[in-house]
Parts: sequence; structure tokens; C-alpha cells
Amino acid sequence: MGSVPDLLGLGAAFRYIGKKRRTKEDPRFVTGRGRYVADVALPGLKHVALLTSPHASALIKRLDTRKAQAMPGVHYVLTGEEFCAATDALAVGVDAPLVKRWSLARGCVRYAGEWVAAVVADSRALAEDAVEAIQIEYAPTDCVIDPEQALLPGAPLVHPEHGSNVLYRRKFVWGPMEEDFGRAQHRLELKLRWARSATVPIETFGVAAQWHPGTGLLDVWASIQMPKFPDQTARALRLPGNAVRVHFDLDVGGSYGVKRGIKHTVLVGYLAKKLGMPVRLIEDRLENMRGGDMHGPDRSFDVQAAFDADGTIRSLKIRALDDVGAYAGRSPLQLGKPVGAIVGPYRIGSVEYEPISVLTHKTAQEAVRGFGQSPTNYAIESAMDAVARYLGMDRIELRRRNLIRREQFPYMIPSGTTYDSGDYHTVLDKALAAADYPRLLQQRDAVRKAGRLAGIGISTCLEPSGGNSAFEPLFNPKNETTTWMDSCLVRVDLSGAITGVMNTSTSGQGHETLVATCIAEVLELDPAGIRVVHADSLTALPSNSPVGSRMAIMLGGAAAGAAKKIKAALMRIGAKNLDCRVEELEYHEGSVRRKSGGRALSWDQLVEIAHRKFHLLPEGVEPGLQAKFVWEVPTGGMLPTPDGRIQMYPCFSFETHIVLAEIDPATGQPRLLRYTCGHDCGTMINPDIVHGMTYGGIAHGIGAALYEKFAFSDNGQLASQTFMDYLMPSAMEVPPVKIVDHCTPSPLTEFGQKGSGEAGYLGAPAAIASAINDALAPLGAAVHELPMTAPAIWQKIQQAKRRSSCVESSPG
Amino acid sequence: MTLSIAVEISVNGSKRRSSVEPRTTLVDFLREHLGLTGTHVGCEHGVCGACSILLDGVPVRSCLMYAAQADGCAVTTIEGLSRADGTPGALQDAFCETHALQCGYCTPGMVIAAHALLEETCAPSEAEIRAALSGNLCRCTGYVQIIEAVQLAAARKKEDGIGS
Repeated sequence: MGSVPDLLGLGAAFRYIGKKRRTKEDPRFVTGRGRYVADVALPGLKHVALLTSPHASALIKRLDTRKAQAMPGVHYVLTGEEFCAATDALAVGVDAPLVKRWSLARGCVRYAGEWVAAVVADSRALAEDAVEAIQIEYAPTDCVIDPEQALLPGAPLVHPEHGSNVLYRRKFVWGPMEEDFGRAQHRLELKLRWARSATVPIETFGVAAQWHPGTGLLDVWASIQMPKFPDQTARALRLPGNAVRVHFDLDVGGSYGVKRGIKHTVLVGYLAKKLGMPVRLIEDRLENMRGGDMHGPDRSFDVQAAFDADGTIRSLKIRALDDVGAYAGRSPLQLGKPVGAIVGPYRIGSVEYEPISVLTHKTAQEAVRGFGQSPTNYAIESAMDAVARYLGMDRIELRRRNLIRREQFPYMIPSGTTYDSGDYHTVLDKALAAADYPRLLQQRDAVRKAGRLAGIGISTCLEPSGGNSAFEPLFNPKNETTTWMDSCLVRVDLSGAITGVMNTSTSGQGHETLVATCIAEVLELDPAGIRVVHADSLTALPSNSPVGSRMAIMLGGAAAGAAKKIKAALMRIGAKNLDCRVEELEYHEGSVRRKSGGRALSWDQLVEIAHRKFHLLPEGVEPGLQAKFVWEVPTGGMLPTPDGRIQMYPCFSFETHIVLAEIDPATGQPRLLRYTCGHDCGTMINPDIVHGMTYGGIAHGIGAALYEKFAFSDNGQLASQTFMDYLMPSAMEVPPVKIVDHCTPSPLTEFGQKGSGEAGYLGAPAAIASAINDALAPLGAAVHELPMTAPAIWQKIQQAKRRSSCVESSPG
Repeated sequence: MTLSIAVEISVNGSKRRSSVEPRTTLVDFLREHLGLTGTHVGCEHGVCGACSILLDGVPVRSCLMYAAQADGCAVTTIEGLSRADGTPGALQDAFCETHALQCGYCTPGMVIAAHALLEETCAPSEAEIRAALSGNLCRCTGYVQIIEAVQLAAARKKEDGIGS
């Protein structure tokens, strides 16, 4: 068993951590008093509407904005010609400098929905009116929509200057793959498809900006969740970093990875500065779906497994082809994160991994919850099920034989990442018990006996957490990023009240609660009295934003680290004023006292000394009472080896999903009847928050597995661009979910916590697919493409029926 | 060139007179004209439910109505369900107790939908709660803790009823 580092002298007993406590954020939201970007009221605010491309690929032959410019209430019409000359192209995550991207197209368009011109007017309605008056002529050109076809010689090039549609391709081999495949008793191969879907927050992306000519400062309010966002905004606008002030105190209406409106922000920032007026752009839903650049991974897998008759998996080969659409920010890196969990939770000795990132004429891909890990988990788990089926072995037994055992941690996988801790067998056993697995089998078989289709699904998956962005140097040798720090400032004011300052925005993760709880734990004071505020980007300490399931680890750790510095200062003040050494003192709920009894100094007295009585301060203790703590991701600081091995993320949460699904044989409509999730993310700071994110992740996974798809026509038109076509689970589709907690603390973090922001989503699609295929197995049918929609399942049922009737009617 | 229409709408119990463009939606009127930003815009085509309000006591999508259509009606927004001092009302408190939200964006619409249900049924079954919330999308919670909140609010309401 791992143990919590006892840095606090608290032992395993926590005062506030892990306890049922209300969050700090909820009261303002339930009363409608959140402050989102669309609520930012700036006097004289102007509004942007966009002209977007109806073609997937076309040359812009003529663009005439004069009529629009003359419309009532219109202040400006901006085109790509002006904009691209006046700003720098946005950053590309891999080494592909000629795949240039600006907010507005210039000369040609590369996907349907791409922004071509922006109108600024007194109201959004007037701006939309003017958009309709812009005169534009296109000459459509050949487009490529299918990623496999995009690889073929002669395919239309999305960025001809780049010379190819391949953005990134490398074949990694870790461990004795050839030998393992040669020695294994069996092999099988599997093709899988993960459809393009996204988290689709209910709030679209929005940004407002205001330029102050007197100070040369651009104020930005954005519904953002993006690392290095202020820096990238400033660079693109050719401004120094200290000329852009991003207000992180804005509430963000959901993100789960996708709220990365850098192109929106550079556009609006440019307009605000040029016009000297506050300007905002709030995407409408159509703009969000087509041109918001928030689609997730769009991936096909070829998986080969080499295994023995006893179920031991020796080796895997995975080819992953990911369609990033027409432009690349960080999206190709979503093939990089899975390197750190490429064998899942299993003892697999070698791997060949070939990630291929390809450009097509589709909406640009962006980061989605899990950053590419959930599709890969689906591929690994599908292979596990296929092996079990091939061998006629129980799927759970197969997993038990291959799961890393708890005494093997810390455990290094072939790609160079060490898993910190885990107890996978126990979590699996607890989940099976909670699901009442024997009864679940009976229930499935009873449904089958009644002539309907039913199946049980299982997955055992990892959530790498504590994002360190190590895929940047792995996928781009010119990038030497080895730190992905986060920070916290803790202040105690003269009244003795505590304020924690965090340095990024929040999109529902409860960071204010997290910071307050961690400070409270260290200082032994009630978190209810601790206020947490968000700095703006000019007053902020370094942060890399809440990506990569990292804030419980990184922000929680930073808050605790700063609080410990406060505590250390109080102890030194106590030592000087109680005439003893620090070692003779103990800290108790804000006061400092001699262990031997007798004199003590209360919190108020200590604070008074710190703020007013320099003559009573020990040498070297700063007056006032504040402390900052900046720390690097645990295990960080390493560049990849030449063969591409690296420590990707420090902490590994584990989840197992057990699902009972039923399929209506007449329609193919799937329904989830029972759902159990066993979850181990180490120490939970706030269980309600962790459970909430896990439930939400499962719902999101249900969507990805069964309903959600950005479907494109052959000529590149997005067919599912409204909520009538892009179907998200409602309360009717998400079944009751039972979560079973387990705690294997991380030895690397302050309180033993691991990440949980992607929980549920990382195992749900795999388990649901497993359940659907178990239901179809008696027919000899299977679906290897997500989403497993009712029509897709129905077709498989029909094909199976035709096959069986052919067999029955064939002579002999 | 722009026509305007005079409207009088009772909003959270007080009469509000204004003049609006015919194309002004009710949600834009509430947010932009009255500054009641608790009602949120999610999809603007009537699917997500983030803009739900009560119109004469019935939950409706304020993105699918023009402000002019609400002339003479009584509108209740999320702000109208709080206590007079702006702190959470009973149902809102239940949402806090079960942590029935994360980013808070769909929450006002959810609370409106749940409020309408509890006005109609004092002890709704889980199936009834799911049906009542099925027109409101949430991408954070998976609905589990929202359903718990509605159950808790119903139970508390029943206790209060017995106690009084």
C-alpha cells in the first residue's frame, strides 16, 4: 500500500478534506448571480457577427464589404486581407510552421463554417443584418473529408504550402515488440472508429475586449480554459505580454477542454484596439458547432494484440489515425497524451504505437476532456474484449490476469511513464460486488430468454492526471517544455481573515472550494471563512490553467504549500515571542503554544504582530502575512529519450465501469439499465465535487458511445450542427449510476490526491461499447464504430438475421 | 426604420414597461433591457432549456418567444425564486446541499423546471422528475445530483407541510 506523505503532521486523519461540505460556488449559481462573459456590461459595447464559408474548400474570388459598411449601426467590416497582415498567425502544437491559421480566412477557405469577415455594429442583430449585405464570390475547389483518403497521393492538399496532409507521424516501438509478437501463441487484429464529438458546453464561447489608449492595455473577458492564453493573445496581436490583461474572475459556463477561443479573442482584441470601442463576440450555437473549432478527436484505430492461451497479453500494436480538420492548434498533441497510458492498467511488455495526425477540410479539432485518452482507452478495452472472446475466456477474468498488481507499484510501462500507485483488483472487486454481478448476469439472461437483446459491458481504465504537457517536446523536438507549474498566493489580512488567490479561470470544477479546503486543512481553520479570488493575468502567479486533470494536484498542492509557509512564519513569530525554539512549539487551530503547556499566542495576536509590530518580528520574517507557492508538476523536468520514452503525467486514477444494456431488436434502440462505476482517485478533497464530475463524465461518455457525432457530408457540410441533430443525453438517457469509491493515495502529492476532472468519461464509452457488443454476440454481430446509434445497431441485427437465414436455407 | 412595440410585463412581481423591437426575444429583453442576467442563452433554438422561465406559472423557453408576445403576462425568472435578500430559496438550497451543479450555466433553467414540477406534484417519483427535467440539458452533472436535489426539496417541503 502506498501511504500519504505526512508532510502536515496530520497523519491520515483530515479535518476538512474528504468531508461532505457545501461548495463555495453553488450559492451564486443557484440564484442566477454567476457572472459569465455575456453578463459583462461595458458602456458602449459593440457586437460582432461573422460571415462564414458555405464551402469546405474554395477560393475567395471577390469580397465586397462596401454595402455592409454603409448599413445603419455598423462601425466596421473586417476581412482577412487586413487582419492577417496586421496580426501574427496562431501557434501550432507540432513542427508545422506552414500550416498557418488566423481568425479570418484570406484568399481561400478550408472548411464550411470558417470565418471570412467580421462585422462590428451597435447590436448583434444589426451586425447580422450587415453580414447578409456582404457580397462574396467563391470558386469551389476539391475537398478531402475522409482522413484515410487524405493520406493518399494526389489527395487535395488542405495547406499546399505544407506539402502534405500529414501533420505528424511517427512509429514508436517500446520494448521487445517483435520478439513478443513472435513468441505469442495467438494474435488478432481489430479495426475501430471513434467519431468526432465534443463536450459541447451549454454556454458557447464568448469574449469581450476593451482597449485603453491612455495606458496601452487591452482588457479581456473570455469564457476561457486554455494554457498560455494571455501570452498567445498578446503574441498574435504583436503586443508585449503585459499589454493584455485577462480577467480570470469570470465564471465559465462549462468547458471540459474545449473553451479555447484564441482565434475569437485575437479577432475581438484587434477590433477593440483598432476601433477604440469595447467589442464582444458571443458565438451563436451555429457558429459554435460549425466554426467554434471545438470538435474532439476523430480517430480510427488498427489494433493488433499478441497473447497466449492463458490470456496473458504480451504486446500491442496500435495505429491511430486522427483527423484534426483544417487547422492545428494543440489538437495533434491529443495523440501524444495516450503515450503515458498506452498499455492501460495492464502488464503488457511491449508496444508499437503509430500516431498519425492528418488534415482534412473539416472544422478544426480542439482539446476535449481526456485529451485523446478516452478514444485510446476504448481501443485498448475493445482489444481486451476481443481477446477474451477469441479465447472463450470471461472478460473479467482476462482483465484480472493482466491488471498490474498493487504490490508492483510504482510501475513503469514500456513507453517510459511510471504509474504512481493503484489497487486495480480491489476496485474491480468492489465494483462487481456493488453491481451484484451474479444478479446482473441473471438479469441479462432473463432478458435474453424473453427474446430481447441484452449485454453486460466492462471496462478497466486509467485517468492520467496532473497534466505536465510532456507531449509537447515528445511531438515537437523544437519544443523543450519541461515545466507546467501552478501557483497560489495566500494572504492573511489585518483582521485575520484569509484570502487565497488563484491564477486562472474556473469552468465548474469548484476550484474556490478546493483552494479553501486545502488552506483550511493546513491552517486548521474553517474553510467557510476563507475567501478565494481569481487574479487577472497581470497580477497572477504562473498557472497553466485547469487542463489535464491537474487542479486537485497542482492548485491544491500550491494552496497547501503557501499555507504551510504561513504556518511556518507563525511558528517563528511564536518562537521569538514565547522565548523558545520552534521545535518546542505546536500549532493548533491558528494559535501557537508551547508543547509543555503554559504560554500561547492566539491567531489574532500572531496576525497583529505580523502586520503592526515589526519590533516583535523575528529577523527574516516579512511584515504582513502572505506567502506564495509555485510548484512544478511532480516527476516533471524530463525531456523524452531518443526512442520517445517519457514521464507523461505523474498520477494515475483508475476506474472500472460495469453496465447492463438492453437493445430493442425491432429498432436497435439501446437502453442502459444498470450502471456501476468503481473509482479510485486517491484522496478526494471534496467528495461531492468528485462524484459530480464522475457522473457528468459518464453522461458525456454515454453521449460519445451512443448518440453524439459531428457528421459531415461527402462535400464537407456539417450535417449535425444543431441540437436537433447533434444529440446529447438528457435525464431520460442517463440511467441511475452507482459510484463505489476506493482510495489509493498518490505518494507524489500533498494529501495523496490524484486527478478526477476526466473521471467517468475515460471508461464509459469503452464499457458501453462492450455491453452493446455483448448483447449482439449471440447473433454473431458486433459494432466497432462509435457512436453506436440505433440505426447502426439495427443494421447489424438485420445483417446477422440475413446471414442466419442464408445458413438455414442453404442445402446440406 | 426600426419599429418599436410597447410592452408591459410583470417580472418577478413588478410591472415593467418598455418599448422593444419586434424581433427582440424575451430572453434578450430580460437580459439586456432589464439586466436580469440569471436567465441564460444556450442554443437559441429551443432545445437546451437554459433560458427557461415561468410564463404565467408555466415553464417556457424564453429564446423561442418575442418579448412582444409576453405583453400582459407574468414572468418569473431565477432571480424571482430567491429570498427577498437574494439568498437561495428552498429549492435552490437543496441544489446547494446535493451539489446539483458545477458550472452553473444550465442551473437557472433546471431550477425553473424543477420548481414548476414541485408546484404541480408534491411527491414526484424519480421517473416524473426525470421527465420534468428532460427538456433541460446539463453537460456537467449527468443529472444524478440534480435529481437528488429535487427529491430533497420535495421531502423537505413535505416535512414543512406536516410541521405547519
